[in-house]
Amino acid sequence: MRGTVNTTSTSEDVVVRLRDIGKTFPGVVANHDVNIDIKRGTVHAIVGENGAGKSTLMKILYGVQKPDSGTIEVNGTQVALSSPADAIGAGIGMVFQHFMLADNLSVLENVVLGAEKLHGIGDAARTKIIEISDAYGLDIEPDRLVEDLGVGARQRVEILKVLYRGASIIILDEPTAVLVPQEVDELFGNLRELKSEGLAVIFISHKLDEVLSVADEVTVIRRGATVDTVPASSVSSKQLAEMMVGSELPDPSTETSTVTDKVILEIRDLTLPAPGGGRDLLQDVDLVIHSGEILGIAGVEGNGQSELVEAVMGMRPCNVGSVSLGGQDLVGRSTRERREAGMGYIPEDRHRHGLLLDAPLWENRILGHQTREPNVNGPLIDRSGARKDTQRIVDQYDVRTPGIDTLARALSGGNQQKLIVGREMADDPILLIASHPTRGVDVGAQAAIWNHIKRARREGLAVLLISADLDELIGLSDTIRVILRGRLGETFDPATVTPAMLGSAMTGADA
Amino acid sequence: MTRNPRTLKIALAVGAPLLALVAAFLITSLVLILAGDDVGGVWGQILSLPTDRGYINILNAATVYYLSAIAVAIGFRMNLFNIGVDGQYRIAAFTAAVVAGEGWLPGYFNTALAMLAAVLVGAAWAGIAGLLRVTRGVSEVISTIMLNAIATALVAYLLRKAAVKDTGSNITATKEVPEGSRIGGIKLFGDVPATVYGLIFLAVAVGFLYWFVINKTTFGFDLRATGSSETAAVASGINVKRMIVISMLLSGGVAGLVGMPLLFGNDYAYGSTFQSGLGFAGIAIALLGRNHPVGIALGALLFAFLDEQSNPLQILLEISPDIVKITQGTIVLTVVIAYEVVRRYGVRLEQRRVASALDDEPATEGVKA
Amino acid sequence: MSVVADAVAPAKAAAKKLTFGWIMIWLAVGLVLFSALRIVTGADDLDSSGTLRATLVAAVPIGLAGLGGLWSERAGVVNIGLEGMMILGTFGAGYFAYFGLFGFDGPWAGVLGAIAFGAIGGLLHAVATVLFGVDHIVSGVAINIIALGAVQYLAALAFTGEPGGGQTQSPTLKTPPTVTLDFLGDPLLDLEKKHWFVVSDLASIARALVTNLSLLTLLCLLLFVLTWWLLWRTSFGLRLRSCGESPAAAESLGINVIRYKFTAVVISGGFAGLAGGFLALVASSTFREGQTGGRGYIGLAAMIFGNWRPGGLLAGAGLFGYTDTLRLRGGGETIHGLLLLVGVGIILFGIWQYRKTRQVSSLIGALLGVGVAAWYFSTDSIPEDLTGMTPYLTTLLVLALFSQRLRMPAADGQPYRRGSAG
Repeated sequence: MRGTVNTTSTSEDVVVRLRDIGKTFPGVVANHDVNIDIKRGTVHAIVGENGAGKSTLMKILYGVQKPDSGTIEVNGTQVALSSPADAIGAGIGMVFQHFMLADNLSVLENVVLGAEKLHGIGDAARTKIIEISDAYGLDIEPDRLVEDLGVGARQRVEILKVLYRGASIIILDEPTAVLVPQEVDELFGNLRELKSEGLAVIFISHKLDEVLSVADEVTVIRRGATVDTVPASSVSSKQLAEMMVGSELPDPSTETSTVTDKVILEIRDLTLPAPGGGRDLLQDVDLVIHSGEILGIAGVEGNGQSELVEAVMGMRPCNVGSVSLGGQDLVGRSTRERREAGMGYIPEDRHRHGLLLDAPLWENRILGHQTREPNVNGPLIDRSGARKDTQRIVDQYDVRTPGIDTLARALSGGNQQKLIVGREMADDPILLIASHPTRGVDVGAQAAIWNHIKRARREGLAVLLISADLDELIGLSDTIRVILRGRLGETFDPATVTPAMLGSAMTGADA
Repeated sequence: MTRNPRTLKIALAVGAPLLALVAAFLITSLVLILAGDDVGGVWGQILSLPTDRGYINILNAATVYYLSAIAVAIGFRMNLFNIGVDGQYRIAAFTAAVVAGEGWLPGYFNTALAMLAAVLVGAAWAGIAGLLRVTRGVSEVISTIMLNAIATALVAYLLRKAAVKDTGSNITATKEVPEGSRIGGIKLFGDVPATVYGLIFLAVAVGFLYWFVINKTTFGFDLRATGSSETAAVASGINVKRMIVISMLLSGGVAGLVGMPLLFGNDYAYGSTFQSGLGFAGIAIALLGRNHPVGIALGALLFAFLDEQSNPLQILLEISPDIVKITQGTIVLTVVIAYEVVRRYGVRLEQRRVASALDDEPATEGVKA
Repeated sequence: MSVVADAVAPAKAAAKKLTFGWIMIWLAVGLVLFSALRIVTGADDLDSSGTLRATLVAAVPIGLAGLGGLWSERAGVVNIGLEGMMILGTFGAGYFAYFGLFGFDGPWAGVLGAIAFGAIGGLLHAVATVLFGVDHIVSGVAINIIALGAVQYLAALAFTGEPGGGQTQSPTLKTPPTVTLDFLGDPLLDLEKKHWFVVSDLASIARALVTNLSLLTLLCLLLFVLTWWLLWRTSFGLRLRSCGESPAAAESLGINVIRYKFTAVVISGGFAGLAGGFLALVASSTFREGQTGGRGYIGLAAMIFGNWRPGGLLAGAGLFGYTDTLRLRGGGETIHGLLLLVGVGIILFGIWQYRKTRQVSSLIGALLGVGVAAWYFSTDSIPEDLTGMTPYLTTLLVLALFSQRLRMPAADGQPYRRGSAG
């Protein structure tokens, strides 16, 4: 399939024209033959599965990366964007998926940085910020430190940064990933407002329903190339999925319940005080997971999910309340002892917590299992045992790699994650803690990981699932609990709950 | 790929330090030219064959450098920067000299006791930095720098107290080690009275132990894992705080041994003229040898060679032999740059190899090298 | 978007801000305490104008080195090569003050030479860390080795055979002019000699500032204000600091991070060089090998002590300069007097910790405090060797006790590569 371009638009409407953009990283073609026209006064969505090359393309448009081939036209003139400064000069602004904010600087400083010539760095700038904030209802106080802001407010600061520079083309990279449904609705309201003022909004996402609700046009990217651009009104999400991955998107839904009455994990009154004083990170958490049960935790990022996981894993010392696994009290036990007692752990950030990126796969197989066969032999590493078992994981979990001596860094995100899942399932754990198990992986790996979790659940595994993807959470879980400001709140039945209901509970708006 | 990845890997590993050496020689030459000194004469002397006595001096100096570099390397494998080897070996050597000088035990028992004391004191001094890091979050870089200075002051103070007053001489030193506790040297050349330190075997043993523990044991795995990713180590169940303290203790313990060949094979006492600055040389050599026991040995020999060969420069050409310090320092910088370039190249090569082996894979996100 | 409350409320209590008023109050409290201590212990040299003047001379190079560290670390580059750059500065000062360049010699040529030589060291550090991504500590260590060797080599080359010079030292150098206001100095001296509570202490402070004050000292003090203004009040400073806090964010806004980091590190070297030059030109009047005596590291310590802020750094430099001065003035007894203050201070800290129910640190504090006090009462003087430890011990203590309150730039010491935005 070659990229085709919608030719109905007149040229003066087109503010950004990308032609034959190509970009290659070592061993990876991130983009090729990308052709997109973006029109004034529209929201233009770019969809594709994780790893399809959307983010790279946007970094090219924002001058962070240079394309290897192709041309970019902005407002009819061909431009060479060799740094974000060029892009900003051309009227392009970008809100990154991972916010680009300096925590220890104030909102004002973050906003004026690099644009000091506009209104200085003092009172004039402050007035301007308040003016923009009021005009768009962004509710931003210029003198607060960014580190004191929540996720939603940070995103609004990012949008304000773009508006402050008077951008006419705004790129938002996966802006809804960290928002609850209600916040998403508000964001979309803002986007429509920007659109009505004649701005062009480029909206990157892999969530098709959202895309269809806000976008005017949708461009689908697959394996680095544009598949097609279609009006949002003329396609269904099923058709988009077909264009994106060539088939229907995998479905996380589990079949019949396998929940037993055998308690595996029991948490009572778990409290975790904040190290620097202030509100407790976790407060009186009570939670029970049975054999064969998947318990999902829903919550806005930063409400205590990571702390809960770390407390259960023993990575954070925690002496208020009790945690027991299969009836065995875990208080005072180290992470290693907890792992040996039957805990598996899929961390939320596989690069930071799951892998030794510069070590070969077989050494990564040992990680987390340094005291257990077949990896060790007394105090010595059993090299051949570990290698044999790594090969087994690579085969069984379909980890695509040339061999087990390959460095973990060289694998794609999906294959890295499959290796981690295989490793964590290796010693038949009785409890699996899965933090965002399919974040940032391609559709194939996503389906495979879901299937592995479902299979293990049938065999009696208890799973503590944390995910920001509400569809994943509702589909996989047997029970859903909501976490808010360190407290576990309502319990929902996934069979009846809607994402909107969860969203209200996650922000405390229904309380 | 038609080339064997393994041969390529080895070629890169050898090529990088060679490239760095060449760069360092060029930069040093540039300095000499700018200063108007005789470039050809300097390199002619430095790159000539050492004398018989020179070989012995090189081996001896390399022994001491080697121990120091291994001490540093233990920290490096853990991603800990033990800048404090300098203070640790001096305070340990002083302690050992006092213990050995007292001669509480006969013969080599005395030697063993003194060396044990050195290891313990070195470990304890490094342990302070380890404890500060795990309990108070103080960077070991800063604390070891401070501890170096404190060690200097403390040793000066204690030396004044413990020194034997030798009337007619202004040298302050501890009591001499009894004859029976000294460690004899090995004669290499019949006609040269100088000998190679007997404790060169200690250095070899320490090097072997280092290799074995780091590469073959689960403890070594934990240490390397913590070094390459502390966060992943924590998630895997490694008690990182404990590892930090243990590796600082080990590093300090080995640092305690640094002064031993000098004490028992050459000086026989700790005085104000005891060789200093070995800790910083150790950092340079550990970097040069890439924390590998054999690489470190080569690095130590190279540094010792440059030291020895530059000594006669003053007499021969009236050029300060300190010029080789510029070479040595530059080697550190260039070698680190060369290794980094090679590492990035290697990663890219690997990614290409993986991609070409898996042609059917979908395009992935830009993986950063 | 404001309808939905942020689900994440700030968990951290905002740190108390030090306002100008509070600083003044603390200074006054300090002065009264000091005066009381002087009277209780009878150690009049504690704050004689001679001690204070010497303190100023000792503090300036430490402070300048610290400023060097501040510039570099605020841009995210750790600089432990300060010591080496300072060494380069001592030689630069000696060489250019004596030989000059194109006939321009004397103290001000020395000052410029010191800055230039330090900046060369900074340039080397910048090339290694910013352009080639070398670990900052590694580069710093290498620069210290290179600088030491280079200066030893160059000094032997330059000064051997010069009258009064030699392999390791330069001939006597001309020093920058000094300012003395006699009409103020003499009456202040009388007042100081009275040894009155607080009044005499104030007089000696004033006298230290109007007698034999080197112009260079004055200029260097202005550099603190200039640094503060540049880094915290201009857009240049905002950009520079953003490179130390979040280079990716800075890059995403079109800032050339590499250029700012590079500039900052070169300036850092210039400051360290000037610190070395000050040692050669003001603190003494010759270049001597080993003149820096680890002051680059003390400067680093002062910067950390000052929480990466110019004001705090100045306080740290003053403190360390003061202890250094007492040591040089044979102040075993004087420092002995200070022991009492330290002991009482630590005991108070212990009590404070106890009230915050931190038993362990309160116990450690109490034991330490009692130990120090016992030391005070059982001895009359502290050996000179031990007083040299004071800055280092203080830094360790400050780091150990207050590390939670210290806030270094968030991306300090992390390698940065272009294209890391997003």
